[in-house]
Amino acid sequence: MNKPCNNPYLPQPAEVIERIDESATIFTLRLKFVDPNIHAAYSFQPGQFNMLYLHGVGEIAISIVSDPTDNTLYDHTIRVVGRVTKGFAQLKVGDQIGIRGPYGNHWPYQTIIGKDVLVITGGLGCAPVVAAINYFFQRRDQYGRIFIVQGVKHSNDLIYKDRFAAWAQHPNTQVLIAAGVTIKGWPWYKGTTVDLLPKLIQFNGAKTTALICGPEIMMYYAIKALIARGMSDESIYLSIERNMQCGIGHCGHCQLGPFFVCKDGPIFSYAKLKPLLMKEGF
Amino acid sequence: MNAIYILPYEKLDHFIGLVVKDFRLIGPTVKHQQIVYADIINAAQLPWGYVDNQDAGRYQLSKQEQPTVFGWVNGAQGIKPFLFKSIELLWQVERDSNGKLIFSPKQPKQEALAFFGIRPCDLRALLIQDKVFLDPNHTDAHYAAYRKNNFIIVANCTRSSNNCFCVAMQGYPKANADFDIALTEIEQGFTFEIGSEKALAYAKQLQLLPASQQQVTSAVEKIDAAAAAQTKKIDPINDPKKLMQRLDHPYWNEVAKQCLSCGNCTQVCPTCFCHDEVEQPSLDGNNSEHLREWGSCFTQNHSYIHGKTIRPDIKSRYKQWLTHKFSTWHDQYGTSGCVGCGRCITWCPTGIDTPYVIQQICKDDDHE
Repeated sequence: MNKPCNNPYLPQPAEVIERIDESATIFTLRLKFVDPNIHAAYSFQPGQFNMLYLHGVGEIAISIVSDPTDNTLYDHTIRVVGRVTKGFAQLKVGDQIGIRGPYGNHWPYQTIIGKDVLVITGGLGCAPVVAAINYFFQRRDQYGRIFIVQGVKHSNDLIYKDRFAAWAQHPNTQVLIAAGVTIKGWPWYKGTTVDLLPKLIQFNGAKTTALICGPEIMMYYAIKALIARGMSDESIYLSIERNMQCGIGHCGHCQLGPFFVCKDGPIFSYAKLKPLLMKEGF
Repeated sequence: MNAIYILPYEKLDHFIGLVVKDFRLIGPTVKHQQIVYADIINAAQLPWGYVDNQDAGRYQLSKQEQPTVFGWVNGAQGIKPFLFKSIELLWQVERDSNGKLIFSPKQPKQEALAFFGIRPCDLRALLIQDKVFLDPNHTDAHYAAYRKNNFIIVANCTRSSNNCFCVAMQGYPKANADFDIALTEIEQGFTFEIGSEKALAYAKQLQLLPASQQQVTSAVEKIDAAAAAQTKKIDPINDPKKLMQRLDHPYWNEVAKQCLSCGNCTQVCPTCFCHDEVEQPSLDGNNSEHLREWGSCFTQNHSYIHGKTIRPDIKSRYKQWLTHKFSTWHDQYGTSGCVGCGRCITWCPTGIDTPYVIQQICKDDDHE
């Protein structure tokens, strides 16, 4: 991405081309850089994030959920949780925001060709992995069995219903969804993400790579279950969330032991994070 | 070995005058009853005769009979505020009548800064901050602009405060490299060690004489005496890198009882770089300024993510600060984040003794 005046903090204006309301509190902004050259030059890898700027309010780190090979629009799924996201929720088609990025590392996808892939997400957690899932399905023959496991607190929180349904249609693919609280007619399971793991069919821990995103407590128990089923520390990848203000390892907010999550992460192998995961204060 | 000249007291003002012609000169002054680095243009502005008395949670400046320039050790700040400023405007944005956003970067002011009389520990701290802000992948435009073309005149220490522990941090009260000039105050003036061609040009202009062997020896002896006077030590066997292996040590609870989480240590530390990005919209809402301000890992907001604070209590914040400074800094930057300047002890309102805390947690006793 162009960085005029070498100021790494300067956003580029972008326009909201389309807005999709995913649930009562979750929405997707489909964005286009105002400068066509910047739009064309921009590229990202699955798992990376942008800093999105709301005029007069501030910036937040949001993962990019669109397809990395399709640069028509860059999509960001946002849940209303704080001051900046509340403001983003007010945006309409045609409004402008600022974008800088992409930042961070990406999910493994080239190094795991030929392997089975298990994607585990909790809550809105699916968003950071959507780009990776799409990548796998576009190259379906390059990967082995694909498992997609998603858990939400309440069945009303489930977003991307169409996508899950479409993914479930792929061959050699298993999609499992659970909600802690369910309403009548819920077609999936009742329970937690971790409850779903024993239901994996034709799961071979030794030839699987796991991509996990969501609350750290969920990750912790999911990892325990996966290790018990033959997975190694090195084959489990986690996407970590921390306070991020600069995105380039300068502001210090996202520090996690020897790492800055913004530039050394947000994706870490469990082998790397093992000593600090669930450690009080880290 | 670098050439060493003698700068007699009588030529100090002339020397400062020459530097001021080429640079914006920053040097030590007395302000708010402490040593503060500020713009200077002549030798009369220096802290002649002042001596600081430091202890845990205590700083007092007094004047002595003998009019030395560098009788004090340090003040609350080194030169960090001139390079990594406490508030920096990064960019501005204007929303026009059509709702279009126009972002404009704030161009840092280009000026050559010279620093007079910085301590060897603060020079080491400067090189540590360089690793953060001059990272080739993400260079900070503002820091880089202020850091460019610096002319650095170090004052080697001929005294240590009660809180100095540079020797424990593998430093020394003497600068060996990375300066333009290194001064050591001796009788009748300073030894004037040349570190660059520009420094040599000043020495020639001032018609300085080479230092005698006796003068060089006198300077070394004074520095060695300052090093020997340091009482705060970290036993080499108690390697501070061990802090990360001792996250469950009971002494964390003890220090957490003493810590107020005020963040003073992070504000006076010459290497702390954490900052917050801050938005300042205009009243009409059309323009907004995006700034960064010094932050602190001791605040509630520092580790806040939606619905959760990663470090909600004082214990986890103190642990974060100490483990980062002394242990994980090595992983990130290949160096300790501490230079042993002692400011965190002096300016701590409850006088937490940093090396003592490290000794308590890292010493080999029953706890493993």
